[in-house]
Amino acid sequence: MEDKNKSSRRKFLDNGLKLGIVSAIGGLGLSKITSKLNASNVDSSGEKMELMTTDGTLIQVDSSEVMEVTHAKEHDKKYNVREGNPNRKFVMVVDLAKCKNALKCQNACNKHHYITGENAWLKVYKMQEEKDTAPYWMPMMCMHCDQPACVTVCPVDATFKRKDGLVLIDNERCIGCRFCMAACPYSTRVFNWGEPGQEVTLNMDMTHHTPSPEHAGMPSIKGTVDKCDFCPHAIDNNELPHCVTSCPNGVFYFGDKYEDTVTNGDETVRLSQLLEDKSGYRLMEGLGTSPSVYYLPPVDRLVDFEDGLKDFKEFESVEPVSPAEKPE
Amino acid sequence: MQTHKTIIRDLKPKKFGKRDTIWTISLIVIILIGLVAYIDQLITGQEVTNMRDYALWGIYISNFVFFVATSFVGTVTVAILRLTNNSWRTPLVRIAEIISVAAIIMAGITIMIDMARPDRLLNLFIHARLQSPITWDVVIIPTYIVISLLLLYFPLIPDFAILKTHFKKKEPKLSKFYGKLALNWTGSKAQKLLQEKSIRIIAIMIIPVGLLLQTIDAWLFSTTYRIGWDSTNFAPYFISGAFVAGVGALVTLIYIIRKAKRLENYITDYHFDKLGKLLALACLIYLYFNINEYVIPLFTAKKGELVHLETLFTGSYSILFWAVTIIGLIVPIIVLLFKKGRKPNTMFVIGLMVVIGSWWKRFVIVTPTLLHPFLPIQGVPESWRHYFPSLHEWLITFATLAMAFLIITVCVRYLPVIPIQRTIDEMEASEANNKNTES
Ligand code: SF4
Ligand code: SF4
Ligand code: SF4
Repeated sequence: MEDKNKSSRRKFLDNGLKLGIVSAIGGLGLSKITSKLNASNVDSSGEKMELMTTDGTLIQVDSSEVMEVTHAKEHDKKYNVREGNPNRKFVMVVDLAKCKNALKCQNACNKHHYITGENAWLKVYKMQEEKDTAPYWMPMMCMHCDQPACVTVCPVDATFKRKDGLVLIDNERCIGCRFCMAACPYSTRVFNWGEPGQEVTLNMDMTHHTPSPEHAGMPSIKGTVDKCDFCPHAIDNNELPHCVTSCPNGVFYFGDKYEDTVTNGDETVRLSQLLEDKSGYRLMEGLGTSPSVYYLPPVDRLVDFEDGLKDFKEFESVEPVSPAEKPE
Repeated sequence: MQTHKTIIRDLKPKKFGKRDTIWTISLIVIILIGLVAYIDQLITGQEVTNMRDYALWGIYISNFVFFVATSFVGTVTVAILRLTNNSWRTPLVRIAEIISVAAIIMAGITIMIDMARPDRLLNLFIHARLQSPITWDVVIIPTYIVISLLLLYFPLIPDFAILKTHFKKKEPKLSKFYGKLALNWTGSKAQKLLQEKSIRIIAIMIIPVGLLLQTIDAWLFSTTYRIGWDSTNFAPYFISGAFVAGVGALVTLIYIIRKAKRLENYITDYHFDKLGKLLALACLIYLYFNINEYVIPLFTAKKGELVHLETLFTGSYSILFWAVTIIGLIVPIIVLLFKKGRKPNTMFVIGLMVVIGSWWKRFVIVTPTLLHPFLPIQGVPESWRHYFPSLHEWLITFATLAMAFLIITVCVRYLPVIPIQRTIDEMEASEANNKNTES
């Protein structure tokens, strides 16, 4: 009895399904036909227009059938902060042979990002691999890794990787767990342990009222992480990041990997050529983070190193920019 | 019948004496002080701690790991004692389950204390990302809280029914309270069957969940590139460490509760002896994993690893490292091997050593690693190169420990810490046995 019930029910379902499909197809066909009928119902005005199709052949259409199509205005402009600029991949090259610890990069970065206190995003390290090798200066900023450890561990997607290579932080979302800092092998992230003393609200770039991970000029937020952001606000204006433009020694090159060009403002070079000629490398390649920052080895390092020592301070806190002084 | 009455009289929850009241009030005071410190931390930011960009996690995290580890005791006692039907477990399981509940609740709270933006807690759900170990914690900790609460509650139901009738005349209010919790328990066969079945299901569930909890806790560290954390050995290392911390806490608290509630007749030297063996076993397993974690890497250590190991063995953390290893692990193993070492009084001291050792052990796992990043620490104030907790951190941490004690104290006040029904049943069973052998 039960079996019969089941099978009859299955039959019913089966039939129902078939009916559904048939009616769907039928409906589709019907609507096609009616639309054709409708089209031929329109009174032709008799005037013909010549148009070119996308593949280049000329055709004639009745002018009554020609309608203006509204362009999808959003189409090109729609820009997703989390996706970034399409078809680009930003990279940086740091030529260690040229670095003299002038620290102009750090000053510029601090100034444009309103960095105060101990939170400098860019640090110049005094490096020495072995006792008997010469020391050299090494600017360090976020490597914008292609396999970013920080992004993997963030529980809320506050730090994210964009298609154009940038790793950014949404300070409106970050919960301050500092897991990303623990995960980053380059120790490049800084945390706003207290109220960031950025008393420069007057100067802040108020054209971007809504806080966005992209725009420098928004104050840092207490209890969230910060780090070098590759200056997307500068990229947007077709400018180079501040550290690149401010370096008197042309240490930093910035550019697009897909275009295979990088520039330090003075000279523009082929990225692949540069890396090959000067045997560029990336920091801790073995970890598999694939950084977007390349280094050129510090050749002839001793002379330049001595130069830099006069600028060297174990540590210096950044004073807030005075409200009167607007960053250029 | 007479024995039943004495059992109930002995085991029923009793009113606080003077000493208990003082204890409870001091706990509340410590908690309030911690609360003030925490509110200050909320207002001024985590600046008030001594954590900075390099020592980015501090005792909040190590304390969290400690609580998570301690909560493992519920799983252990269930896995080893309840499911294998060990007869000596009866007076111990409930205390273990109470500790477990208190510890896991506090673990959940301490991890939130570490968050710099607790106001954005909901983001953990709204924007949850499955690949982050923190999200796994967000899932597993509440699960474990629920399971351990149920595991505490289900076996309590018959006892609530007994207490309901017991307090009927003297304290009708209390009796009503117990009556509500007893859920119409009559002790009928059907009910008993259902209860046993439910306990069994939860008991089986808590084992994988407990293991997962410890594992995820270990993965919080081993999913990073940090030297000293990125070990594939970390999960079993944490599980065995939790075994030690849990049983250590159990020994210590059982001793205190036995003293405070005068349960010497129920928790005897025999139980301590058994517990001592269990603790020795735990310590031995942990020793094995410690050797795996610290000695074997010496052979193949790369440069960075070697620096890390040297800091622990001979460097700035050596005193702490050797203290937790010797006091928290080696001495207990040696003492527990002797029968005399498993007497209640020595066991209490050993338990205390193990618990304190466990707490500092977590500190030694978290801090030195953070202070040895791949790149040298440069361009930061001198004070950022070291870490020792600030006053705020201590006050808040003490408050969390006090809160755990308070939860345990309240449970001990209102719940029968030794299962009454089971004790009666076992007594009857053994009496029946005796009669059988006599006749
Ligand atoms: S350098 Fe660190 S912070 Fe920057 S992308 Fe890589 S892992 Fe993330
Ligand atoms: S601190 Fe913020 S950005 Fe970093 S992992 Fe936590 S939520 Fe993500
Ligand atoms: S790229 Fe921009 S944010 Fe990064 S170090 Fe240079 S100036 Fe600072």
